[in-house]
Amino acid sequence: MLPYAMDTDLSSQDRKDLDKFIKFFALKTVQVIVQARLGEKICTRSSSSPTGSDWFNLAIKDIPEVTHEAKKALAGQLPAVGRSMCVEISLKTSEGDSMELEIWCLEMNEKCDKEIKVSYTVYNRLSLLLKSLLAITRVTPAYRLSRKQGHEYVILYRIYFGEVQLSGLGEGFQTVRVGTVGTPVGTITLSCAYRINLAFMSTRQFERTPPIMGIIIDHFVDRPYPSSSPMHPCNYRAGEDNGAVYPSVEDSQEVCTTSFSTSPPSQCVFTVTKTHFQTPPPVVTDTLKVPVMGLAFSHQPAALGVGSADMGYPVLFAGGLNAAHPHQLLGPGKEGGVPPVPSQPAHGTQADQERMCTPLDGVHYSAATPSSSEDTETVSNSSEGKSGSPHDLLETIFIRKVGAFVNKPINQVTMANLDIPFAMFAPKNVELEDNDPMVNPPDSPETESPLQGSLHSEGSSGSSTGNTHDDFVMIDFKPAFSKDDILPMDLGTFYREFQNPPQLSSLSIDIGAQSMAEDLDSLPEKLAVHEKNVKEFDAFVETLQ
Amino acid sequence: MVGPGWTRRRAPPGAAPTMNCRAEVLEVSVEGRQVEEAMLAVLHTVLLHRSTGKFHYKKEGTYSIGTVGTQDVDCDFIDFAYVRVSSEELDRALRKAVGEFKDALRSSGSDGMGQISLEFYQKKKSRWPFSDECIPWELWTIKVNVVNLANEQERQICREKVGEKLCEKIINIVEVMNRHEYLPKMPTQSEVDNVFDTSLKDVQPYLYKISYQITDSLGTSVTTTMRRLIKDTLAL
Repeated sequence: MLPYAMDTDLSSQDRKDLDKFIKFFALKTVQVIVQARLGEKICTRSSSSPTGSDWFNLAIKDIPEVTHEAKKALAGQLPAVGRSMCVEISLKTSEGDSMELEIWCLEMNEKCDKEIKVSYTVYNRLSLLLKSLLAITRVTPAYRLSRKQGHEYVILYRIYFGEVQLSGLGEGFQTVRVGTVGTPVGTITLSCAYRINLAFMSTRQFERTPPIMGIIIDHFVDRPYPSSSPMHPCNYRAGEDNGAVYPSVEDSQEVCTTSFSTSPPSQCVFTVTKTHFQTPPPVVTDTLKVPVMGLAFSHQPAALGVGSADMGYPVLFAGGLNAAHPHQLLGPGKEGGVPPVPSQPAHGTQADQERMCTPLDGVHYSAATPSSSEDTETVSNSSEGKSGSPHDLLETIFIRKVGAFVNKPINQVTMANLDIPFAMFAPKNVELEDNDPMVNPPDSPETESPLQGSLHSEGSSGSSTGNTHDDFVMIDFKPAFSKDDILPMDLGTFYREFQNPPQLSSLSIDIGAQSMAEDLDSLPEKLAVHEKNVKEFDAFVETLQ
Repeated sequence: MVGPGWTRRRAPPGAAPTMNCRAEVLEVSVEGRQVEEAMLAVLHTVLLHRSTGKFHYKKEGTYSIGTVGTQDVDCDFIDFAYVRVSSEELDRALRKAVGEFKDALRSSGSDGMGQISLEFYQKKKSRWPFSDECIPWELWTIKVNVVNLANEQERQICREKVGEKLCEKIINIVEVMNRHEYLPKMPTQSEVDNVFDTSLKDVQPYLYKISYQITDSLGTSVTTTMRRLIKDTLAL
């Protein structure tokens, strides 16, 4: 019970009501704050018929774990002078660094408003204050951070009761007051103090070492949940794997995320992580970030022998790596370029920092994180992973694949070395026209029509294909549906003349190079012309808007 | 970007009896395609605080109140998210008004300056033959300055900057709401339509109307104010 200076003015019914209001207000405040940091959009429905269970006439879900934690922190007390309820929001990176982002404080001071009506005005004002809280929780910097959580960091919350501790917020933190409500026993104040100095985040992301072979290996922990701290992740899914029992922090929680960078063909970024929070034996884990260099995997038709779906994502076995502190992975690398690989430490593993890696081909992952659904880049696949059995250790299979052109400088790769179909149709130098298949087609593969085969058999080199061409004999060419070769230009002649068109000049590298230089030279003129027409372009753009 | 945020001043002249009408002005500078989202963010935030659940009157003059749901809205052209009341009707009404404002801004040929106002009012029944009076008790004015940007980089900066500015506006709005200044008394059943807009099926905002003005380059408002009456009070 609250110690009141003068409680005789308040009827006992009013006092009971007030205590109840304050208690439920505190619980709802915590729900709003934690739900706002889950990383997902919240949506509740309006209902015109009162259900009686929606406190303050607002549809705010109750996440059981959060209510449990809040009640535990309050331990039957209510906010009073010197005893504030605080919700601390912090961020924990994949490397284990953590940082307090915000402290939300529900305080009570001594300024009483005796005249106010408890059951009516106080209730409505508390409702208004909750609405303000809903609005304010979206405008502090931590909101945007929490919407992006999942890959490099997670957001955690902690509830405590007592003195407000703001020292963890760094220098120059700012405060915003959400609102106040006067009551006969004191004035309730809700405010937030938030950190503005997020500098350590960015420096961390750049601790990397140079790339190896253009393929980046990063090691990354997703969602480490320290078992001893009272911090809780802000990603609880109500009713998911926990049933009616409030999960203790040791409960395992599987999270799998994959993400693609959406800038093919020059870059594909993979992040594969899986976390596991029981105490399984240490497992070697990997997260791969594979920026595929534009040079190696460009879509020049001749060079790309493999199908575009299989860009040769190599999965490298992390031999020699113990399950250890991974380093951070993503972040700015998504825009492009090649972030360097971090060093590979060899710490002992913590039980709470396992993560798994599975091969990239044909593997599917479930996206259990709320945030993954937000990214347009995130691809979530069904998985062997989605938690039917979180306690099982996943088998990991590491396959070594060498992507095309890896380890070979491009200029050493000649067309002849490539085992790609239609290699003979790849662009060649002009001097090699003798070998040009378009001019002198090779021995025809089976798919070619028999007409063509017979037509070209006289020109075939036949050397590499050997015996199979002994069966071809020369016969007269009689194109289908044509009359006898009477007219100067008939179907047969047409066939013969146009059967072997010369190679397109644009496919020839030398000529291409020349025209490139010409193009560059003509650019200034073209720019000048375009600048003259600027007004037209602007008008056009206007019509589009 | 324009201005520090909001200024407080008396209700504009020419309005109905202005006792107890507080007026708040917010100013934003946005790019053309951000106008809609910025206006909706501000209007929805104000209406979130000025809407209750539906009243259900029972005997003896008591009433119960329905539940208001909320939902998050992400902006496409601004790095910003806001909370609005979960009511499609209300959202549609606001979008319609904001859409007209945006079109008027665009087609006016002005520098892209205008303002949109959200006014909360009470109806006061007059005796016949006089029509009911509308007495405003709160007026929110958002002044908009549309800027034109030259390239993508500027647009990206604008996204972030406008997002930050809108965060400030939300904090300002909440600050005003928190003062717990005049609010109409809770009405009896017969009076409820004089205070609240009861036409929506899931929520009940206070009676409001939205209007806007476009300013030409000389700074005078050329286009006459177009009154968009969500609940038609003058056509009696």
